Amino acid sequence: MAEVLVLIEHSEGSVKKVSLELLAMAAGIGEPSAVFVGPGADAALATLGDHGAKTVYVADGQAFLDHVVVPTVDVLVKLVSEKSPAAVLIPSSADGKEVAGRLAVAIDSGVITDAVAVSSDVVATQNVFGGATIVHSKVSKGTPVITVRTNSIAPVQSGGTANRVDVAVEVSAAASATKVVNRVSVQKSGRPDLSEAAIVVSGGRGVGSDEGFASVIEPLADSLGAAVGASRAATDAGWYPHQFQVGQTGKTVSPQLYVANGISGAIQHRAGMQTSKTVVVVNKDIDAPIFDLADFGVVGDLHSVVPDLTARVNARK
Amino acid sequence: MKICVCVKQVPDSWAEKKLTATDSTLDRAAADRVVNELDEYAVEEALRIVEAGEGEVTILSMGPDEAADSVRKAISMGAHAGIHISDPALHGSDALATSLVLAKALEGRGFDLIIFGSESTDARMSVVPAMVAARLGLPQMTFANKVEVSGSNLTIHRVTDYGYDEVQSSLPAVVSVVEKTNEPRYPSFKNIMAAKKAPMETLSLADIGLDAASVGLANAWSEVKDFAERPAKAKGTVITDEGNGAEKIEEFLVTQKFI
Ligand SMILES: Cc1cc2nc3c(=O)[nH]c(=O)nc-3n(C[C@H](O)[C@H](O)[C@H](O)COP(=O)(O)OP(=O)(O)OC[C@H]3O[C@@H](n4cnc5c(N)ncnc54)[C@H](O)[C@@H]3O)c2cc1C
Ligand SMILES: Nc1ncnc2c1ncn2[C@@H]1O[C@H](COP(=O)(O)O)[C@@H](O)[C@H]1O
Repeated sequence: MAEVLVLIEHSEGSVKKVSLELLAMAAGIGEPSAVFVGPGADAALATLGDHGAKTVYVADGQAFLDHVVVPTVDVLVKLVSEKSPAAVLIPSSADGKEVAGRLAVAIDSGVITDAVAVSSDVVATQNVFGGATIVHSKVSKGTPVITVRTNSIAPVQSGGTANRVDVAVEVSAAASATKVVNRVSVQKSGRPDLSEAAIVVSGGRGVGSDEGFASVIEPLADSLGAAVGASRAATDAGWYPHQFQVGQTGKTVSPQLYVANGISGAIQHRAGMQTSKTVVVVNKDIDAPIFDLADFGVVGDLHSVVPDLTARVNARK
Repeated sequence: MKICVCVKQVPDSWAEKKLTATDSTLDRAAADRVVNELDEYAVEEALRIVEAGEGEVTILSMGPDEAADSVRKAISMGAHAGIHISDPALHGSDALATSLVLAKALEGRGFDLIIFGSESTDARMSVVPAMVAARLGLPQMTFANKVEVSGSNLTIHRVTDYGYDEVQSSLPAVVSVVEKTNEPRYPSFKNIMAAKKAPMETLSLADIGLDAASVGLANAWSEVKDFAERPAKAKGTVITDEGNGAEKIEEFLVTQKFI
């Protein structure tokens, strides 16, 4: 059975959920092999094996800290030429898409982005135009390079163990052309990761202030164990950090439940949340387009409805 | 400083987008055509850089005949010249072909900076800038929400999941910008008039030294097998809050097993 390479997304060895989802998807196509670049492979090995990876290719070194995107591409180019995999699956993050694009150029293969499913014969399903159209497509030249959205498939624990294979990396000229001189982190919240969360509670201009996010939106999110999201109006106003923006130019989320509070539902916002399985809306304007997406909507003031809801959810615990 | 900004003509974000039944390509006639919103930030960034020093901004677009309008529109923000790659053989080109055409058109022109939007609102792939950087062998300085040029050095803030990376390279380089970088200007009357007379090169595939067999729908690296409209979502329940809004949401969340 041909190998299927899965690029693992992780933060210092703590493997992101999307990586485990991609291993489950790879198992439907061929034999899943994880590709782990950067520091922390030791901590990840057991988890990856347990989720179906038969082999974990490990490439570590300063290159992955010093340069962006290209060192990862160099590793994948090498593995594709050595292993002739049936496909390469990559998380649909900003970095992941760029890795996929450069890999496709380097190996002269087709690339498909934002797949939500990939069949055994490597046909990818995409939801395009904000989810209004379902497209099936196939790579017709070379090794299929496919980026896959988070929450597209459930991870599967197989109880297996993975075989570690170290891959040597040379730093190419293309890789060393850029140099990371500083990494700046915004504070971590302790809430679930926005792109992976099963529930997202979002706030928009209707929230009114940063104080509103702290006293109304975050408490509801915490009562539901949810991640917090925001519209661009809210991030531009400085009420919530940009990293939490949902939409065209923010994160694309596809949670089980999306709660939109004081968000009108502009096309650019919908582009990032339209494929949420269930949508609940609180907005005081009955004509707000976001109600078109609502499974359940309340026309009302979020400043009274949301705290009441938070108290009710907490009371059930 | 010579800067080239790559802009794409796309259907208006607000319009309903459709695929053509016959060949599964974007139905460009179904919606108004506009400059990809994110590319306006790229044009603005280029203009700010030359205005802070000196230089010229050229707009480059690959697309059907009508895409010339978008090149003029982008020039009217204050750019100096345009290049439009148009050829019937380009219809249905995918990202690999687009990046090949753009790279070929850019080659040998001596641009110090090539600036892109971070994503086209129709394809939404976010791959073309990285692909062009790879093809030209230039530093990839993408997803920037801050761009600083000093002499022949470039520094950007690359947005990341955790915040941002400060990344440096030398020039020439390929940059893509996100919508947090700046606020695009509206074209002034003077610049709209100037754009009408701005030099514009209209080039075919042969003009940039590419063969029709390397691009277009028939030669794409990927193919659409089929597509379908997603069944419309059943209309949900919307109630007006009369002091019971939260209670009703609570009931809904219970029936859906979220709580
Ligand atoms: C290039 C580009 C990219 C963009 N990318 C994004 C993106 O990624 N994400 C994004 O979100 N937007 C994006 N936008 C912006 C988008 O067009 C909208 O401007 C934005 O989504 C509006 O945010 P909002 O819904 O919070 O604000 P508004 O549209 O102002 O809506 C606020 C809503 O809150 C309601 N409200 C007010 N007070 C209350 C209250 N007390 N209780 C209940 N409801 C209340 C109002 O009725 C209204 O419906 C982008 C725009 C451009 C041009
Ligand atoms: N046909 C095109 N002509 C010029 N620039 C393009 C074209 N297609 C894409 N681009 C550029 O590449 C960016 C990313 O596009 P995409 O990878 O399709 O999301 C856009 O914001 C444009 O700057």
